[in-house]
Amino acid sequence: MVNLLVNLVNGLSLGSVYAIIALGYTMVYGIAKMLNFAHGDVIMVGAYAAYVALRSLNMPPLVATLIAMVVCTLLGILIEKTAYKPLRQATSLAVLITAIGVSYFLQNMAQLIWGATPVNFPADFITLPSISLMDGKLLIEGATLITILAGAVIMVGLTLFINRTKVGKAMRAVSEDRGAAELMGINVNRTISITFAIGSALAAIAGILLWAKVFKLEPTTGALPGIKAFTAAVLGGIGSIPGAMLGGVLLGVIEIFGRAYISTALSDAIVFSVLIIVLLVRPTGLLGKAVREKV
Amino acid sequence: MKKKNIISRFWIYLVVIAFWVICELLISQESLSPVIQNQLIPICCWVTMAVSLNLVVGISGELSLGHAGFMSLGAFSGLIIAGWLQNAAQVESPVARLVLAMLAGGLIAGIFGFLIGIPVLRLRGDYLAIVTLAFGEIINSLIINLYVNLDQGTLYFKFLKGRGLPGIPLLAGAQGPDNISKIALVPAGFILVLLTLIIVNNLIHCRTGRAIMATRDNRIAAESVGINVTKYKMTAFVTAAVLAGMAGAMYGLFMSRATKPTMFRYTKSIDVLVFVVMGGLGNVNGSVISAALLTILPEQLRFLNDYRMLIYAVVLILMMLISNNPLIRSWMTRVKENLFRRNKQTPSVPVPGLDDQKGGGRT
Amino acid sequence: MSESIRKINTDTKMVPVPSNSIIPERDIGKMPVLECKHLGIDFGGLTAVEDFNLIIGKTEIAGLIGPNGAGKTTVFNLLTKVYEPTRGTSLINGIDMHGMDTVAASKHGIARTFQNIRLFSNMSVEDNVRIGLHNQVKYDMFSGILRLPVFWKKEKEQHERAMELLGIFGMQDLANETSGSLPYGAQRRLEIVRALATNPKLLLLDEPAAGMNPHETEELMENIAKIRDQFQIAILLIEHDMSLVMGVCEGICVLNFGKIIAKGTAEEIQANPAVIEAYLGKRKEAEA
Repeated sequence: MVNLLVNLVNGLSLGSVYAIIALGYTMVYGIAKMLNFAHGDVIMVGAYAAYVALRSLNMPPLVATLIAMVVCTLLGILIEKTAYKPLRQATSLAVLITAIGVSYFLQNMAQLIWGATPVNFPADFITLPSISLMDGKLLIEGATLITILAGAVIMVGLTLFINRTKVGKAMRAVSEDRGAAELMGINVNRTISITFAIGSALAAIAGILLWAKVFKLEPTTGALPGIKAFTAAVLGGIGSIPGAMLGGVLLGVIEIFGRAYISTALSDAIVFSVLIIVLLVRPTGLLGKAVREKV
Repeated sequence: MKKKNIISRFWIYLVVIAFWVICELLISQESLSPVIQNQLIPICCWVTMAVSLNLVVGISGELSLGHAGFMSLGAFSGLIIAGWLQNAAQVESPVARLVLAMLAGGLIAGIFGFLIGIPVLRLRGDYLAIVTLAFGEIINSLIINLYVNLDQGTLYFKFLKGRGLPGIPLLAGAQGPDNISKIALVPAGFILVLLTLIIVNNLIHCRTGRAIMATRDNRIAAESVGINVTKYKMTAFVTAAVLAGMAGAMYGLFMSRATKPTMFRYTKSIDVLVFVVMGGLGNVNGSVISAALLTILPEQLRFLNDYRMLIYAVVLILMMLISNNPLIRSWMTRVKENLFRRNKQTPSVPVPGLDDQKGGGRT
Repeated sequence: MSESIRKINTDTKMVPVPSNSIIPERDIGKMPVLECKHLGIDFGGLTAVEDFNLIIGKTEIAGLIGPNGAGKTTVFNLLTKVYEPTRGTSLINGIDMHGMDTVAASKHGIARTFQNIRLFSNMSVEDNVRIGLHNQVKYDMFSGILRLPVFWKKEKEQHERAMELLGIFGMQDLANETSGSLPYGAQRRLEIVRALATNPKLLLLDEPAAGMNPHETEELMENIAKIRDQFQIAILLIEHDMSLVMGVCEGICVLNFGKIIAKGTAEEIQANPAVIEAYLGKRKEAEA
């Protein structure tokens, strides 16, 4: 029983990280109809930025986090303006390749700046003490707790933002029909930039939390989690924000349970198999909308 | 067929053969730099991969991010068969072993291509992409945990733990292959490339190819004239898988012990996709050039050290930005129209950005 | 209307048949190409088409008209099995089409054009027609790859038949043009040629005259009659251009809100009060 709970907690924690990353993917896909392959690497940059702020600038952890968020936000907007915006009229494949180029660029730039030697997660970053439950049988680390909390807060916050604010409404409008939104006076360029900004800011948080999980930070750290989070977004229905949250959490839980109860070596295979099975049954993801084409 | 079209269709074969002849001459005189010589077989493999992927992405119009998975299947099944032929069946001739291994690799990859295609090709564009990526990763996961031993002519397969298998190991999980000689040959590489070009080009310029392109250009219209969309998408997918499998077998028998399933992950699939896009979607001959160049250049530019991949990334981004810039595109179209007045026999490539993908577009 | 068009109408004698349709006298006794019995479809809560009954004679040119949103294209989609009807059935040459998909419908002889042109715009004009010939002039993939003699023979046959078909509209010279670069009217005509290439028994034309000027429309009318005479097939067209409909259609079916409100010859339809009301609305009693 304890093991089950431990795995559940770990799964929720990993799932929260995936969910936060998946949100970035799904928002950008919804609004710009592009797969931002570079998103996983923005996460990596966020982690490094926090590291620099913590160690070189000697900032307290919270400030370091904020600095990382600012850096990532600026980076996201910069990438959008230089690499993606000029290609708005191009095929989605062209944008995908460009995103891949940006991904390579970020990874190699990071390697040039910080080298390939992994950086360990600073012990003084998260100082929240662990919680002991069930007479010490269940130990929830501080990092895990923060991850789950952060995930929950972000999910709630983003949902409120999308549904209740004017900017959120603009984002939804541009996702549905860019032309109509423009005709209604919405500044489409600004809305798209804001979407990238939010996604990137979240990426910074995800980067720090991911680093806490994997302990070692390298230029390639963001790549595979990025792919898995993208898988999560598709699992939940690409373009759907609740879908990304659901997909992310589900994927994290499945990965941890797969590792624990089936095989660590095959955990990736299990995760991807689940995706395939779900898409076979629901071709547009769990919460995705089936689009009917007019004949 | 009109005269000028014959040249435009067949120049690529002449180029490949010429390149092959020159390489063989230089090798026989020992004038070819070992760096390039060592790259010839890999170049042939990547060219085959790019041409076959172009069949799926450019001609059939489906984004596959798992193509390296078929190469992986071909590599390891080729290695196992070669190992069995070498150690158990005592087939002396390395050429025979190579050919049989490549055929086996192609066959196995083709079978998996068919099985994977059944669920995958029903999905819409972006979902199809992620599912192909998923399959590629699953293949990697499975092979990396696969142990194959050979004892007195019988192959023993085991998952996850290799202990307790009799005989000699042929495949030891993450350690990779063992007891298999490197038998890949340069001529075999070039023959594979020529074979691939013949198959893909001939396929494009026949009834089946037209049907495949119809399903790309307008799925609903294709159905309305009686074309079974799934069947033709499957044809492209499986053909590409077979060719990728053969390339994989050759690659495996080139690297032998150094072949690892982690070489064939989604990052590799994406590399091949970049070759295809750079050479031109649907432009099979262009894929040959782009794959060859993009394999040779990074090696030649090793002196740039750490900046090498960074420059590659920047060049990639710049090339995409430039080639999709509307001003440059209309200039290029005018240049092309003036140079080639009525060159219509080449399979038409969807012109990204200028052609509407919504209106009468594909599902 | 030109005299030649008038001729089409006066030659055909329409015979009312007890069950719900009118077919030309020459087609009496022959199996009707299409029979729709209580055909209907619901999309969720919305009934798009209801109780659609129609018989089309073997060589009849029939028209399907009605205000926008009446369900005409939906009927086409039902006939070509883009949708499976939720009620009723349709028979093509007596064969029940229940469970068929679009590809099967095409193989049984139904061809169509689309309201929004659906050409293979990146392929040449000739290739578009060749794709229409896909199921008519066949050879397998391996013969194609290996360039066996059957490949050369059949490709030549395809070329000749494609040129012959393009000749209906005099489009042979355009054979190597990219179809997407053609002017709008030519694209519409190409779509018709492609549909004819599939050797249909019933040709469905969805607003073939849309965007055409009066001269092109008259040419189209002549061509439709010519196609029917040359290929001996039935044609059902959706149209808003009344001069075309009244000029070339032998039997006309009027649809409104998914239901048939009238069926008959051009004269009968024009005089039918329900039809007038559907298009023009009811005359207000107060205005005298």
